Amino acid sequence: MTLLQVKNLKMYYKTLRGYVQAVDDVSFEVNKEDSFGLVGESGCGKTSCALTILKLLPSNARIVKGNIIFEGKDLVKMKDKDLRRQIRWKRISMIFQGAMNALHPTYSIGRQISEAIILHEDVSRQEALERTGKFLELVGLEQDQIKRYPHELSGGMKQRVVTAMALACNPALVIADEPTTALDVIIQAQVLRVMKELRGKLKVAWMLITHDLSLITETCNKLAIMYAGKIVEYGDLASLYKETLHPYTEKLLTSFPSIVGPIRELSSIPGFPPDLLNPPKGCRFHPRCPQAMEICKGEEPILMKTHGEKHHVACHLYR
Amino acid sequence: MKSLTTNVVIEARKLIKHFPLKLGFFKTLLSKQVPYVHAVDDVSFKIFGQEVFGLVGESGCGKTTTGRLLIRLIEPTAGEVVFKGINVTSINSEKEMRKLRSKMQIIFQDPYESLNPRMSVFDIIAEPLRIQNVTENEDELRERVLQTLEDLDLTPPEEFVFRFPHELSGGQRQRVAIGRAFVLRPEFLVADEPVSMLDVSIRSEVLRLLLGLIERYHSSFLYITHDVALARHMCGRIAVMYLGKIVEQGSTDKVIQEPMHPYTEALIAAVPVPDPEARRTKVVIKGEVPSAINPPPGCRFHTRCPYAWEICRKKEPPLAAIEKDRYVACHKYK
Repeated sequence: MTLLQVKNLKMYYKTLRGYVQAVDDVSFEVNKEDSFGLVGESGCGKTSCALTILKLLPSNARIVKGNIIFEGKDLVKMKDKDLRRQIRWKRISMIFQGAMNALHPTYSIGRQISEAIILHEDVSRQEALERTGKFLELVGLEQDQIKRYPHELSGGMKQRVVTAMALACNPALVIADEPTTALDVIIQAQVLRVMKELRGKLKVAWMLITHDLSLITETCNKLAIMYAGKIVEYGDLASLYKETLHPYTEKLLTSFPSIVGPIRELSSIPGFPPDLLNPPKGCRFHPRCPQAMEICKGEEPILMKTHGEKHHVACHLYR
Repeated sequence: MKSLTTNVVIEARKLIKHFPLKLGFFKTLLSKQVPYVHAVDDVSFKIFGQEVFGLVGESGCGKTTTGRLLIRLIEPTAGEVVFKGINVTSINSEKEMRKLRSKMQIIFQDPYESLNPRMSVFDIIAEPLRIQNVTENEDELRERVLQTLEDLDLTPPEEFVFRFPHELSGGQRQRVAIGRAFVLRPEFLVADEPVSMLDVSIRSEVLRLLLGLIERYHSSFLYITHDVALARHMCGRIAVMYLGKIVEQGSTDKVIQEPMHPYTEALIAAVPVPDPEARRTKVVIKGEVPSAINPPPGCRFHTRCPYAWEICRKKEPPLAAIEKDRYVACHKYK
């Protein structure tokens, strides 16, 4: 069942030099209890896309076009007040990038987590604290950690705390923006395991934003590859890996070193990502694409179904 | 040229580095002993001619400190560094040390911080040449800098010489930093996570350039990284560090395919694989790295080790040769 449907979403930042087309005509769906991965390099608009869903945008940002349908309601049209009361944290919560370093240093973690519960639900402080303890246990911390302060915790523990905080109001969707980038691999594996377990236990859907494709393959069942503000390929993890269609995805996949299998040469993409103030005409990837044709320079490819229902690609090679 | 490859270029002998902990005023008065951070504890290894040697470990394991000790950016608490038969740690004169430094260089992790924002690309790359006085005149200097830029695919070089770091992308900055390290044609280089700040699509290009330069100038290389998968692509031999000690050392293929130390095993199992069909056994170890101020007695890994016995808590396992060129510090192998 569809939980979140993003349709032709466009979000631009207004700057003195013009409009930065950070999210440009992006469409995807997240089902209930899905684990959806949004992958791309830095500056491709993946975080902007997440912030647009929650409408946590700075004052110079504009949603130019599109709909964000969540549980039947269009968040783009919803008033800020209603969004705050009904959606944020209650139905959709977020683990922000670097959130573990944004914990309040002089409040105990129990107080910080229960604050979110009290704000959104009609419960007493005592009840909220009890629930906080329960959630701490779920993410693999001990109940008595509730009285601790952030400086007493290690990075991995703080990441678990912000995960518990995101889950505290029983949301249907949690957006996690680079939740493990600052962690070492062993701790990363521990945190990812917790996230995976909770998906089934709490019936929550995850939207994982990352630059690291190998994380997605370990945790997600569906993914979208973003490049320069656009989704270039989107579909089921299995079919996307079996048949990689877009040249960018292919390059991205083979530029990751792997610890298993034969050692192959790492591919690289010449040039660098375009400036989103003036993105290239036609396909935005064409200046760096090894398979670029004449048509790629002039006409923009649209994201279309290919190879069955579950695989979408935006490339002229597959028309 | 077989002899070249068997030559030891640089050797670390029982290197130890303890950093004294800064205490507050009253604590200094009250405590009898100054606590130390045991950053590097008894680390020994050899790097041979034209070899890429990897130093792998999690943050805080002492890999960066080891790299810095090796080119004597910091003084070791004890132990020696021997570079081509010369004991680097015993050199007293600044002049002699400076001469040696032209042969050992370092590439830092963050190209946004390691380049002086007020210097042009030309000056950044020319600086080592000027300090070492290697060129006869300005023309030769200019020639050398342009050549270096060309080696790094920063072409046309004339377009880059007058730029400042803020006018370059991350990948270009790191190439300038690599150029600065290679312009003296050093025999030994330390690279401290040279690509961890770069996007993946740019990473492989920088690594390819790096490997090309090593080959061209016959340099030896210490590659410091937390990314085991990347080390697999770069290095011939690797050493795995945990809490200031080397726990396993050997050829990269062997260490990764058949890890012997329980820590190496856990580290490799935790690395995510970019292939959904690769199903691997997962042994996720519990807990986190203990503090390096009071490292656990005995084997430093025993607090998290799934195989720990009685002896592991008491006696520290030495790094012992298990087979040819394979060293493991674990009581399991005796």
